[in-house]
Amino acid sequence: MQFKRKDLLGLEYLTAEEINLILETAGSFKEVLDRKVKKVPALRGVTVANVFYEPSTRTRMSFELAEKRLSADVINFSKATSSVAKGETLRDTVENIQAMKVDIVVMRHGSSGAHRFMSEFLDASIVNAGDGQHEHPTQALLDMLTLRQRWGTFTGKKVTIIGDIMHSRVARSNIWGLTKLGAQVTLCGPPTMMPVDIEKLGEGGVSVEYDLRKAVAEADAINILRIQLERQDARLLPSSREYFEVFGVGPEALRAAPEHCLVMHPGPMNRGVEISQEIADGDRAVILEQVTNGVAARMAVLFLIAGGKIEEDDIQ
Amino acid sequence: MISWKDKKEFWIAGARIADPAAKKIRSGCLLVRKGAIAEIAWQKEVDTDLPVLDAAGMLLAPGFVDVHAHLREPGHEEKETVATGTAAAAAGGYTAVCCMANTDPVVDDPSVVEYIRCRAAEADNCRVYPIAALTKGLGGEVISEYRLLRDAGAVALSDDGRWVENSRTMRTALEYAGMFDLPVVSHCEDHRLTANAQMHEGFQSTRLGLKGWPAAAEEIAVDRDVRLAELTGSRLHLAHLSTAGSVKILKAAKRAGVRVTAEVTPHHLTMDDSMLETYDRNLKVNPPLRGGTDIAALRAALRDGTIDCIATDHAPHTEIDKQVEFNYAPPGMIGLQTAFALLHTELVLTGELELVDLVRLLTLGPAETLGLPGGRLQAGDPADLVLIDTDEEWVFEKEAILSLSRNTPLVGRRFTGRVQGIFLEGNWRSVILDG
Repeated sequence: MQFKRKDLLGLEYLTAEEINLILETAGSFKEVLDRKVKKVPALRGVTVANVFYEPSTRTRMSFELAEKRLSADVINFSKATSSVAKGETLRDTVENIQAMKVDIVVMRHGSSGAHRFMSEFLDASIVNAGDGQHEHPTQALLDMLTLRQRWGTFTGKKVTIIGDIMHSRVARSNIWGLTKLGAQVTLCGPPTMMPVDIEKLGEGGVSVEYDLRKAVAEADAINILRIQLERQDARLLPSSREYFEVFGVGPEALRAAPEHCLVMHPGPMNRGVEISQEIADGDRAVILEQVTNGVAARMAVLFLIAGGKIEEDDIQ
Repeated sequence: MISWKDKKEFWIAGARIADPAAKKIRSGCLLVRKGAIAEIAWQKEVDTDLPVLDAAGMLLAPGFVDVHAHLREPGHEEKETVATGTAAAAAGGYTAVCCMANTDPVVDDPSVVEYIRCRAAEADNCRVYPIAALTKGLGGEVISEYRLLRDAGAVALSDDGRWVENSRTMRTALEYAGMFDLPVVSHCEDHRLTANAQMHEGFQSTRLGLKGWPAAAEEIAVDRDVRLAELTGSRLHLAHLSTAGSVKILKAAKRAGVRVTAEVTPHHLTMDDSMLETYDRNLKVNPPLRGGTDIAALRAALRDGTIDCIATDHAPHTEIDKQVEFNYAPPGMIGLQTAFALLHTELVLTGELELVDLVRLLTLGPAETLGLPGGRLQAGDPADLVLIDTDEEWVFEKEAILSLSRNTPLVGRRFTGRVQGIFLEGNWRSVILDG
């Protein structure tokens, strides 16, 4: 099968087959990352612009590495403030970047739907590196790649996502991706951070559980979200110490989970707030594996968006 | 259809005439003399030597009255002017439009009321009734000069766009407005509950990752304002009602004898929050497009008379204003030109609303709500009329938009039923027929 989409706006818009294709392709690219010479010519001659309207360390470096590993030409643009505050509209900025003959725009933006909006104007492909509180598809893909390598399949697997669900684009993309591939998702977090009707999101199999111990009791993996204080326009929590008491994952909370339960975190972590030191560094944590897989997952996305088909040549 | 034009006296013959006061549509002929309705003969033809406009197959009704539009002048002439807004209104069948006070400068001084009326007289497209600010500078604290504003021509008072959060100020405003029997038009929104909100709070806001505007934020405000209207005995009009809960409060208040009226917009009656999945900024309005239960309750309230009128909340914004990320786009859509066609297509032809009721909600309903002239077919009244072909199928094209702004999600939409033109004091105005 060939990936026919021009843009990657979110996992909601992809079929299970398309998600599987990305994960399979990522698996092939992951081998490249273990080689001595970690570079393939797959995107030679392709120019990618990383346009970041929000601060990012991991995602931006990960994309840039993925692009370089694929031999793409890379330019970076970052602006901490919104385009509106700057006086130039987002449309103007990105159209200017496109005018420099860019093929793919990787964009992070604080406004939900910003990528959808830009796709109305751009001929270049758009890859969503996070839009507001909507989707962060490549994060979910790398999370899923990590789980797939351990499990082989998602059918019947249970993943619990813990934290600020309301403001989390990671949660939304994970819900879409995991449920499309047959996993069940349990959401756990304070009700002030649980958006209305979230159980209806995804393709069935989403539930909400406010008791952390119950929420992890049958989990094959838990994904712990960062408490994003900068996204809160009202105080939704009394304090971080109370948060840790109720929803923080420490040794005691993890004892409620099955032995084989994996611990994930999209980073950056607030140790002592949503996750304890022991758990973050513990043997169930696959947090750094996620980071490695991020490069492979993004290589796969960029490669497929650029119209690539997996041929032996591409990964030689 | 030539000879009657520009004549001081002529018959409009053969039309179906919608009489909202009598709640009837009957065949009839209407005599216009010196700009006024002279006589209505409830028969298909007239035997006369006077010029005759043959309106066979057409629907003739009192001209529409909009109690809620933003004409943006003064201050935002890049979005709309009184001239362009009223041109769009006339094309939509409106012979009278009330314009909101959130201009720049704000309509909190008699000179601004006079300015708008002058611009309207120059444009001469339809009647314009300015609504003045309820509080100075729309600040929500100090009431404006109601008597001076009324004498200048203001017909109602509103801080539309903002709810008066201070309950004491609202009580004062209602009490003071009551002395002049001026209706107070309230935009009901608890702003703290809607901070940064982009759309209706529900499954769709969760799905799209846009901050939600809960129904309760409107209902809390409606409830308080109704109680203050009861306390003061003054006239309260609720702007753009959008939730099932608000309808419930309104119904109970009316039953209890509170002097309260309410309007609903064409978009809240026909569009829901699921349409926002494209992040189309033209669908961003305030209050936001709601869900199916709310829409059903609003439609039921139209039928049972709980809601008094349909108002457009015509809110022009330029293409540049709207060509930004969803959360930076200002809320509002234009609606004067399409209100009838949209509602006729989606509510009347589907059997949800009788045609005569739609006409009443666009004419007598709004006129009575704000105590305006018009909306009736009475001998002696100005001949402000609308002529409609209820069978005409047409497509709303972008090029046909008369408003200066084009922020509507309805471009390209096929409608059944089209306003052919209006008579303003007996003078024919039409953009599609030259008469």
